[in-house]
Amino acid sequence: MTALLNHFRLASLPPEAEAFREEVKDFLASHMPDSPPDVRARSWMGFSAEFSRAMAERGWVGMTLPQEYGGASLNAFSRFVLVEELLVAGAPVSAHWIADRQSGPLILKYGTDAQRRFYLPKICAAQAFFCIGMSEPNSGSDLASVGTRATRTDKGWRLSGRKIWTTNAPRCQYMIALVRTSGKPEDRQRGLSQFIVDLSLPGVTIRPIRDLAGDAHFSEVFFDDVELADDALIGQEGGGWEQVTAELAFERSGPERLYSSIMLLDHWIDCLRRSGDAEAHVAVIGRFATHLATLRNMSVTVTSQLVQGASPVVEAALVKDIGTEFEQSIPAVIEAAIAADPLAVVDADLYRTVAYVSQVAPTYSLRGGTREILRGMIARGLGLR
Amino acid sequence: MFAEAIEEILKDQCTPAVVRAIEAGGSPAVLWNAISDAGFLELLASENDGGAALSLAELFPVLIALGGYAIPVPLAQSVAARALLADRMTIPEGMLTFAPGLRRLNDGRLVCPVVPFGTIADHVLAQDEGRLLLLPGASATRTATGVHGSMVATMSWQIDADSIHTDLAAGTLSAFGAALHAALLAGAMRRVFDMTLQYANDRSQFGKSIGKFQAIQHQISVMAEHVAASLIAAEAAFPAGVPTPPPLASAIAKARTSEAAVLVASISHAVHGAIGVTEEYDLQLLTRRLHEWRIAHGSEAHWNQIVGRSLLQSGQDRIVDFVRSASV
Repeated sequence: MTALLNHFRLASLPPEAEAFREEVKDFLASHMPDSPPDVRARSWMGFSAEFSRAMAERGWVGMTLPQEYGGASLNAFSRFVLVEELLVAGAPVSAHWIADRQSGPLILKYGTDAQRRFYLPKICAAQAFFCIGMSEPNSGSDLASVGTRATRTDKGWRLSGRKIWTTNAPRCQYMIALVRTSGKPEDRQRGLSQFIVDLSLPGVTIRPIRDLAGDAHFSEVFFDDVELADDALIGQEGGGWEQVTAELAFERSGPERLYSSIMLLDHWIDCLRRSGDAEAHVAVIGRFATHLATLRNMSVTVTSQLVQGASPVVEAALVKDIGTEFEQSIPAVIEAAIAADPLAVVDADLYRTVAYVSQVAPTYSLRGGTREILRGMIARGLGLR
Repeated sequence: MFAEAIEEILKDQCTPAVVRAIEAGGSPAVLWNAISDAGFLELLASENDGGAALSLAELFPVLIALGGYAIPVPLAQSVAARALLADRMTIPEGMLTFAPGLRRLNDGRLVCPVVPFGTIADHVLAQDEGRLLLLPGASATRTATGVHGSMVATMSWQIDADSIHTDLAAGTLSAFGAALHAALLAGAMRRVFDMTLQYANDRSQFGKSIGKFQAIQHQISVMAEHVAASLIAAEAAFPAGVPTPPPLASAIAKARTSEAAVLVASISHAVHGAIGVTEEYDLQLLTRRLHEWRIAHGSEAHWNQIVGRSLLQSGQDRIVDFVRSASV
């Protein structure tokens, strides 16, 4: 029953992935915008089409996709290295982030040949940015309760309803939306399908949602009798739940879940070194390193299972849950540390960065499946339910 | 292969009854002889010396097994000590253990505080800067901690123990002791986890097994996360191709497993209810060790400082670059 724990044996990145790291570092040295740490701390949310296109020119957007579609046919180890370097540098990755991680692999796996030929080259060229249409008002963790509906017409489908918490919708060309094609919300997982929605179509309205940090990365997307062509359906009609489960596994399995607050941690340590106060915090710094080293090894292990063709859905959920706990502990500890002495002068960049990360850190354990959902998945993996 | 072989012996010879008897002051001879007669003291010794020439990576699963059986003799320490002493000095007979530290008092006495298995060890290895000392248990004053069932003792010597020594790079013994206890902790936590999961399935309350309650499921899921983290942190201290555990990986391993031990012990007891703290139920054999081994060779409070200082001195600007250097 505890076979799950046997899956956490040490693995390492192969030498070619480490060699690739040097390429990525060189690229970042010349292409990273010169931003202050509180801007770089927005990495996940930082949007730069220009930066994404420069990456695409090197084949690093959709890098795991086959070369025939414009990808680089590289494996998950190389992607691990790329993502790690991007996040540690605080690169603005959000333009291509969703397409690279979720939409591209989803289209490759479930799309028709025509869909692959149309969308994948655009993704790899950073010409098509995607957003995720899963959540709806009042659905939240109860994802199977979606009520947005697509009904059959002579020419295809008519879409009505709304999605929420959609990152970057105003700046994306496409959304992959999970909608109901038959039955009612009470029918739960049955009757759900996924559609690729061109966001420029008539009837699509996007309303930005401003967040507590003053940013507007999220949005609400309204579909008012949007006419979709036949080929907007991706995968099987009624197969949406199975597809979305696989898609969420892509979202949860990467090193993305360790580094959301890493800019803050590095900047804090840098400030301590410059002020000469590091020794007073040496155990706290060490604890962060101890936890990060372990989490990173866990994440590499899950990546190696992906490379071997396994589908480590529960393992990924486990790493995500403990990883987000680590990410969330960083701003909490640093906020306390910088204000342990009310008379101390605090580096202004550090002050803004810790404020930003503290404010948004609660989302780390919400996006991609809440803590409670993940713990339920782990319990199921252990045979408890 | 060796892990399965020793599990066979432990299953027969290291039963909970045997653990209890040895903890109560009974002779460890039957258990010790069964292990040494089967050749398990020579796991790390070279094939020329009649050993199995295991790499540290191959030793790791053996240590996990020892932790899971609440091993009441210094087998992990003896295997490691014999490897350290080979080619340096004659290996003495009997049970060897590691001293976590060594102090010289003004009156000339040597003191090794809280030595694991200090009450029963035949010899103690202690490190003094760049020197490895071999101290005879027979001539030591042993002061047990007085903790119920514990074999930890502070040991002191009036003799000039410097007469038996050899060179060893400073910090080697402490990293080895930390790594061994990280693996023992991970093995014990793994066993505690298995027992807790089993209990959650077996025990019924309110008409269904308690594992069906979401509140219990979430506690066990959190426990699984920390046991998985502990297993991988400990494994990282046992790479193939080096004779002794690397200092940084050992520090990380001991800090991470020591921290997890508290949480794992507390969740396991929470799920077991009061039954878990009774003498007759086996969980306590392991959770007492989780706390003892957390303290042995320094807790996370000690090792996190070592890791933090190493990071600051590394010259690395980014914590991820530092961390990566500990994982290769």
